Amino acid sequence: MTSELDIFVGNTTLIDEDVYRLWLDGYSVNDAVALRVRSGILEQTGATAGVLQSDTMDHYRTFHMLERLLHAPPKLLHQLIFQIPPSRQALLIERYYTFDEAFVREVLGKKLSKGTKKDLDDISAKTGITLKSCRRQFDNFKRVFKVVEEMRGSLVDNIQQHFLLSDRLARDYAAIVFFANNRFETGKKKLQYLSFGDFAFCAELMIQNWTLGAVDSQMDDMDVDLDKEFLQDLKELKVLVADKDLLDLHKSLVCAALRGKLGVFSEMETNFKNLSRGLVNVAAKLTHNKDVRDLFVDLVEKFVEPCRSDHWTLNDVRLFLNQYSASVHSLDGFRHQTLWDRYMGTLRGCLLRLYHD
Amino acid sequence: MPGKLKVKIVAGRHLPVMDRASDLTDAFVEVKFGNTTFKTDVYLKSLNPQWNSEWFKFEVDDEDLQDEPLQITVLDHDTYSANDAIGKVYIDIDPLLYSEAATVISGWFPIYDTIHGIRGEINVVVKVDLFNDLNRFRQSSCGVKFFCTTSIPKCYRAVVIHGFVEELVVNEDPEYQWIDRIRTPRASNEARQRLISLMSGELQRKIGLKVLEMRGNAVVGYLQCFDLEGESGLVVRAIGTACTLDKLSSPAAFLPACNSPSKEMKEIPFNEDPNPNPHSSGPSTPLKNQTYSFSPSKSYSRQSSSSDTDLSLTPKTGMGSGSAGKEGGPFKALLRQQTQAALEQRGGSPHRFCRRREFPFLTLTAFPPGLLVHVGGVVSARSVKLLDRIHNPAFVGIMGNTRSYKLLDWNSFNSDEPETRDAWWAEIRQEIKSHAKALGCHAVVGYSESTSICEEVCILSASGTAAVLNPRFLQEGTVEGSLEQRIEENLPVGCGFCHIPYDELNMPFPAHLTYCYNCRKQKVPDVLFTTIDLPTDAVVVGKGCLIQARLCRLKKKAQAEANATAISNLLPFMEYEVHTQLMNKLKLKGMNALFGLRIQITVGENMLMGLASATGVYLAALPTPGGIQIAGKTPNDGSYEQHISHMQKRINDTIAKNKELYEINPPEVSEEIIGSPIPEPRQRSRLLRSQSESSDEVTELDLSHGKKDAFVLEIDDTDAMEDVHSLLTDVPPPSGFYSCNTEIMPGINNWTSEIQMFTSVRVVRLSSLNLTNQALNKNFNGLCENLLKSLYFKLRSMTPCCLCHVNFTVSLPEDELIQVTVTAVAITFDKNQALQTTKAHAEKTLQRASTDNDELLQFPLELCSDSLPAPAFPATKEHLESASSNSGTPAAQRATSVDYSSFADRCSSWIELIKLKAQTIRRGSIKTTVTVEKASPMGDGNFRNRSAPPCASSTVGVVKMTPLSFIPGAKITKYLGIINMFFIRETTSLREEGGVSGFLHAFIAEVFAMVRAHVAALGGNAVVSYIMKQCVFMENPSKNQAQCLINVSGDAVVFVRESDLEAMSTQQSAVNCQTSCPGEVTT
Repeated sequence: MTSELDIFVGNTTLIDEDVYRLWLDGYSVNDAVALRVRSGILEQTGATAGVLQSDTMDHYRTFHMLERLLHAPPKLLHQLIFQIPPSRQALLIERYYTFDEAFVREVLGKKLSKGTKKDLDDISAKTGITLKSCRRQFDNFKRVFKVVEEMRGSLVDNIQQHFLLSDRLARDYAAIVFFANNRFETGKKKLQYLSFGDFAFCAELMIQNWTLGAVDSQMDDMDVDLDKEFLQDLKELKVLVADKDLLDLHKSLVCAALRGKLGVFSEMETNFKNLSRGLVNVAAKLTHNKDVRDLFVDLVEKFVEPCRSDHWTLNDVRLFLNQYSASVHSLDGFRHQTLWDRYMGTLRGCLLRLYHD
Repeated sequence: MPGKLKVKIVAGRHLPVMDRASDLTDAFVEVKFGNTTFKTDVYLKSLNPQWNSEWFKFEVDDEDLQDEPLQITVLDHDTYSANDAIGKVYIDIDPLLYSEAATVISGWFPIYDTIHGIRGEINVVVKVDLFNDLNRFRQSSCGVKFFCTTSIPKCYRAVVIHGFVEELVVNEDPEYQWIDRIRTPRASNEARQRLISLMSGELQRKIGLKVLEMRGNAVVGYLQCFDLEGESGLVVRAIGTACTLDKLSSPAAFLPACNSPSKEMKEIPFNEDPNPNPHSSGPSTPLKNQTYSFSPSKSYSRQSSSSDTDLSLTPKTGMGSGSAGKEGGPFKALLRQQTQAALEQRGGSPHRFCRRREFPFLTLTAFPPGLLVHVGGVVSARSVKLLDRIHNPAFVGIMGNTRSYKLLDWNSFNSDEPETRDAWWAEIRQEIKSHAKALGCHAVVGYSESTSICEEVCILSASGTAAVLNPRFLQEGTVEGSLEQRIEENLPVGCGFCHIPYDELNMPFPAHLTYCYNCRKQKVPDVLFTTIDLPTDAVVVGKGCLIQARLCRLKKKAQAEANATAISNLLPFMEYEVHTQLMNKLKLKGMNALFGLRIQITVGENMLMGLASATGVYLAALPTPGGIQIAGKTPNDGSYEQHISHMQKRINDTIAKNKELYEINPPEVSEEIIGSPIPEPRQRSRLLRSQSESSDEVTELDLSHGKKDAFVLEIDDTDAMEDVHSLLTDVPPPSGFYSCNTEIMPGINNWTSEIQMFTSVRVVRLSSLNLTNQALNKNFNGLCENLLKSLYFKLRSMTPCCLCHVNFTVSLPEDELIQVTVTAVAITFDKNQALQTTKAHAEKTLQRASTDNDELLQFPLELCSDSLPAPAFPATKEHLESASSNSGTPAAQRATSVDYSSFADRCSSWIELIKLKAQTIRRGSIKTTVTVEKASPMGDGNFRNRSAPPCASSTVGVVKMTPLSFIPGAKITKYLGIINMFFIRETTSLREEGGVSGFLHAFIAEVFAMVRAHVAALGGNAVVSYIMKQCVFMENPSKNQAQCLINVSGDAVVFVRESDLEAMSTQQSAVNCQTSCPGEVTT
């Protein structure tokens, strides 16, 4: 006796969260059944393996039917075929768009193209995430990217509006879109210690301050592209390290303020010029696309690593950066105060976030 | 010109891409009613067109309004080739035709295509203006309300219950017409859908006419079915109970205010002769001719309807030219019976009901208090018929000695058809009636009819519960007249219905009678089988449970008559075995009564399947069931003896376990009380045993087992051994679950508001090699048990809950395929409130009785309170124990569920937040709101769990569906009309749609969606008494094809949560609201 057909349809669509997770994780029905058996569900409920198999199949079929709608979440809200309470709809969407940390670190900053998609099996092998799940996550990134890429208005809001994601997840996606668009390098060995959260934090600060949207809220791609004019202007900051007097004055101001407050004062004092040169040069180079891509590599190389080798504490770094950016206002010969603040304000936030082991 | 139909096409959304080049669609809409068609403009290049059309107006007869569906077709405009159809929407406008229901149909309807399924939605507004029509001889019956609910609908009061109405309509099946060979599957499916829609409309109109003729204003328990007879045609038949209903909010208004033409009929003054037809005035007239006073003015080209059942008997005699002599036999017998019946009733019985209606049948399963006096038992009849085939010149009705021949040219074929079908049913109904009579009952309640068709063989089945009814409700107008009789006949509430209606000295079958354990005055049988719901006032011990008997019988493949003979030879054995199984399982559960019994016999190519479902309960009024004893045939064998005693022990253990599980703890009754003399045996008219002429029709009556204690199972061969084993294989539902096939679970009444209606379908393929009856039985048993287990597993998050109205349907679509379809509803209940059950239940019963029937039930009230305390106490104690013992187990589950819900709340609040933001974006002020939010601490790891105030909202209104007549924790405030929908879905890319399971899963989900959309458009928020009447699935995997037909029905309603209601009711008419709804359960 073999089962030809076996279905269960509820007026309210039943969603089993555990099975949904297994499905999202890309397990086949048989693997999912095996995993559920291992979870001890049979003992808890007194069900048989056959029942579990049938139940899993049923849920998988439902999810498969829902997947089409999940690609455009507002459709899920308006469709009539599946009656799902709003809370469950939100859960379905949220979980569908949730991604794995390990996966996102692999593709963050990469072009979301067919080429990258071909590498997914390598990523799958490396991270231990099933290929199916990798594909879903990659396709999610790409889908969100395509939809919001050329839209005007806030990136996070656009993502929320079109994909009905939670605030947190929408911010994460904004970071992914931003990184993908600017192709920031995140895969270098030096950057391996950084988490997605670190990058997402930086992305958010950069979107807020360095993009077109920061100055004009009615532009196309306003949150996705960096403000070219701003990047061009950053060259002006070079004077801070090029003008020896200015550099010395800057150093003396910082040192005067921090004397006795910094655990690593002497190291700071000796390294000041190198650090300042590093930070200003990063700014000055941002006119070239390639250097934009290497922003994080540069920051780590030019600032994080030197400080770390001198055993600065996070508090030392904070005190230094605060004083470093604030002291510029006292430099009479320097005219680009606003530009400096726009640059350094964001950079300070990023560096503090990036500064950890 | 009695009606104007107005339609406006507003917009579409989510349309499919019809133009690959642009990924867009140029959609327009055709609106068709009858032969008139309107079109909207083409809305270019959009998947969300906004047509905003003018009002399309159709001026039509109200007759057409009843018959025709409104047909809306969405098409894609194509300049160069033919326009492509996107899909259709059929809207039944019947709910707009009676004043109390919906006034407008407005909403989003799924656009449905029989090949592609749902393809987007369309927003439509429909209105109807009806004009008064004084023409008495009209053929429409606008204004008669239809209810699928098999009890008096919640916000109505039954003034009179007029009785049985039936009708059937026959047509050619478009699928089998010659044209089907050249048209597309889509065209064929649509022709079929449209035809059935038309036929159901016509059928409903005709039933409505009969109701008006009976002076009723509503049909309750309306059940419409399709028989797909293949080449011999398509039959749409319906039965129901005609009533005069009175809306409860306006108790004074006996006649509703009339603003529709239908009300004209009802305005006939009541002092007029109630039987205007001279033929039916005399009580001894055996055949009442219910001829209508109008002549049919309209002729149907291809369709023809039946005449009234009564009439159809007469022409048949003339028609059966070939075998008039044979036919005379049963016909005379029929006459004789009726004459006798009539004579009997003249001798004192006040039951005018029986005189007036040929078939005193009610399709109701629950009754207004006081209507049901006694219950006799289940009566059923089956008949095997051969459907005539086109290439076969002779039509032969095999069973029941009817044999008639007729010509088969198309015209006569069509015109004679309904009469034939009518005669078949009349014959069966007659049989049922005579069985009821044999039980000393004048009526049959909980009556239903069904068919099973395989190729050219058709089994017609009917069953019901023989009963004695209080005539008060059955007479027109003169309510006061019967008042005295009513009081005379008063019986104790709670056990009266169990008392035998038949004469104990002249019992129709051997049965063991005892004095009622409740009132000790009347006699009761040892077990009681019924097809009705448990009466609300019945005193029950413990809880009930679903009991099923399952059976397969192999049959040789045969043709035509040989096949029919083989089947009819098998039927009695199947009935017997099903009955034995039921009885054994009932005893094994320690219970003594079955409610909601439904026996389905399905015929296939090479086997017959029997599936009986019922809800077992322990009625306090009936004696404690004896155990089951096993007796071996070969007593000399030592090991065998040992085996037997082992089995016996297992059985005894099971009984004990079940008693504990279902909390069956009847009070001890001393024998002396039972032995006390009867006050006075009531004088009853002499019984006539019905002589069943045909061998195929078997009643339950002959099967009753006699002695009380010694219920002996003889194990004489391996088969019997298997049977005993199979008895013990049924596992009880896991803890926290109960199941029943009645409306509510006996012993549980503290329902909470969560409900989940579902349909589950399974098809299994049997291995064709050496199939035996035993193996088949085992397979079938396993299939049903596994299905139940799956349901329990799937719904485990709802525990404690009860599966109510569990409805199994078996069909045999192909040689080795068995299809089982289950529809039921899971309702949660509050375990902690279980303490008050029994007592509160009893009190509630009293309240119900008193509120609904204030003037009459003073007396039974007193009796009832006397008899209740005895069983109430132990049961309550039991509840206490169970509540305390079980409270520990689901703690973990509960904890997780709480966790989830808070997460869910957060999720929903996100969506809410997003919506808010979307709005602010449009206003152009986002940047500020965003920066404010971003100022919040970002590095905080707990940010993900940030929660906003929960608020639930959805763009699509929730529509609840339930097979029950009520919604727990809510009050139905309005009935919007009947939902009766028929869909066909076909695919030629089965694999691509996920195989058979994917195909059917999607289709059923779509059917639910379309039902919900129609209800929502009517302004409703629930469907009650929902039933999936048919789910015919056919597949051809080798061709990658499948087809499925689904027919569903129910009542669209508006309900209000009781919690919401309380706030409202404090302001006004609090008394009315609280008392008007007796069936409601407060939580």
